[in-house]
Amino acid sequence: MNTKLATILLLASATGLAACSKKAPETTPPPPLTTPTTAPTATPTSTPNGPAIGTQAHFAQAVGSSTTIYFDTDRYNVDTQDAAALQAQAQYFARYPQITFTIEGHADERGTREYNLALGERRANAAKAYLVSLGVDPNRISVLSYGKERPVALASNEAAWAQNRRAASVIIN
Amino acid sequence: MKAAAMKAIGALLLATASYPAFAQDLSAPLPEDSPVETVDSAAGERDIVITDEAAWSDIGIAIPAFATDRERATPANEAGTGALGREIARVITANLRNNGLFKPVGPDSLPQPAFAAVRAPTYATWSGQGAEMLVQGYVTARDDGRLVVGCYLYDVQLQQQLVREGWVVAPGDWRRAAHKCSDLIFSRLTGESPFFDSRIAYIAETGPKDRRVKRLAVMDSDGANHRFLTLGSATALTPRYSPDYSKILYLSYVDGNPRIYVYDIGSGKQTLVTENKNPTIAPRWSPDGKSILFSMAVAGNTDIYRIPATGGTAIKLTDSPGIDVGGSYSPDGTKIVFESDRSGSQQCYVMDADGKNQKRISFFGGRCATPEWSPRGDQIAFTRIAGDFNVAVMNTGGGGVRVLTKGWQDEAPTWAPNGRIIQFFRTEKNTGRSGIWQVDLTGQNERRLPTPVDASDPAWGPIRP
Repeated sequence: MNTKLATILLLASATGLAACSKKAPETTPPPPLTTPTTAPTATPTSTPNGPAIGTQAHFAQAVGSSTTIYFDTDRYNVDTQDAAALQAQAQYFARYPQITFTIEGHADERGTREYNLALGERRANAAKAYLVSLGVDPNRISVLSYGKERPVALASNEAAWAQNRRAASVIIN
Repeated sequence: MKAAAMKAIGALLLATASYPAFAQDLSAPLPEDSPVETVDSAAGERDIVITDEAAWSDIGIAIPAFATDRERATPANEAGTGALGREIARVITANLRNNGLFKPVGPDSLPQPAFAAVRAPTYATWSGQGAEMLVQGYVTARDDGRLVVGCYLYDVQLQQQLVREGWVVAPGDWRRAAHKCSDLIFSRLTGESPFFDSRIAYIAETGPKDRRVKRLAVMDSDGANHRFLTLGSATALTPRYSPDYSKILYLSYVDGNPRIYVYDIGSGKQTLVTENKNPTIAPRWSPDGKSILFSMAVAGNTDIYRIPATGGTAIKLTDSPGIDVGGSYSPDGTKIVFESDRSGSQQCYVMDADGKNQKRISFFGGRCATPEWSPRGDQIAFTRIAGDFNVAVMNTGGGGVRVLTKGWQDEAPTWAPNGRIIQFFRTEKNTGRSGIWQVDLTGQNERRLPTPVDASDPAWGPIRP
């Protein structure tokens, strides 16, 4: 168990680091890909040692923690770190043009419910606009706001709220 | 205090000696959950109007069990009309006690008056109990199964009847008669408008913080007659009762996206407030029920729209690059208070009902969210965000801010029909658990409402017809 877990962690952190760096990553191809086909089929195909193309797991393996970007309190602007993550996403979506996805916008619990629904919508759209500016077809992107209804970090402190103020890209199967 | 829809037939009681005789004159069958028929509108002289809350909160009121002319079976109580009379007195006592009104003493510690004594109280008995006011009443079952409930308020010291009224209700609506009697007492002794005979729509919450199950639910103003209206498979949020209680506006994720639906309570039918691909949030009724306000995000920018309740074309009322959301009509329907972050943070604004003359009113330093115009017209309740989240009120110009609660996160005030009490929901730090609370306009008598599970997003409806 130990070695296997360690390997997964290592892989995840390696891709995560690459995505998090301020400089846009030059390449983030998943290592075990068989043949980088230019026009993959619409149905997900398995790679020998990894998740199938068209799954969230495959996307996460490719871009690491860059599936999600984070915001300051009440803000929705894409900062340099967000830009790097979105560039990683854009490369992935350029590589797999058959994939469609939803950007889920979220807010932390320290906001009123209705305002947070609007804020989550604004954040998701900010991420979408940035991806479109990088060449992703807007018709491939849905946006969905959950406001403060779906936190990932459950404590009531600044660290948890920072994790919950997010826009997460989720692959549509 | 009489609602226009209430049918007053006071002359009948005055003209007849025995209760069954006058009751039989009111034989028109009514559907279940129908308007309550008033059978006695004879009111006492309204020469005592007490507005100082501190003074009337000290009035001792005795509320013995309501009498019955003869024990009869009724679907309202398996033990019969006598036991039902005691239950009615208990509901009235709990109403007054739970809201910090007067010093009520209920039927379980009082002697029970005979049926004949309802209209001719033995004042010596009650002054001996130390009661200043006395509520007596009766309940009789008619041959058609309907119940007649009479309610009398006496001033024990003056040995005088202050007010009386009677109602014909279906057995399933017996609590409404108790609420009508509570309202009669409250209004007569305080000079205020009634509020007990009203309902609350809210969101029932269960499950862990990251996967909360949120269901549309309704209950009476005292928490009774609770009912779930949705199953919980789709998240439901922010309900609003229509002014006539026939429909509920609410937000549901049933198709995967946040959208406002009009839920018809009678048929159970649900329709989208507007056919559109954009998310719609924050539904509100106009006071006459003819229009619906909602907020819609287009390409990430949220503005406020109005649409006829019967459907049709939506009219855009705000057009700022900021988030404009919510909206609450003044009682006369001419103005709307709403929130916007166009200045950089959430603040409250007032505009004309057609969207003109948008003007910021909140300048107290913190953020202003979820404004709700009082049914009396002179105050606006809102969520005051300044560190913690508290419920506060201000006048319609934004001045005179008074903070009413001290929770960590108190949110989304809703007014009692008479504008004297505010309900809101309070969320606990870390656990995310929520409950509905209420507080007086004075900041007194804060208490949690009993709900079967956690609860949020309360929306108090008007006095029932």
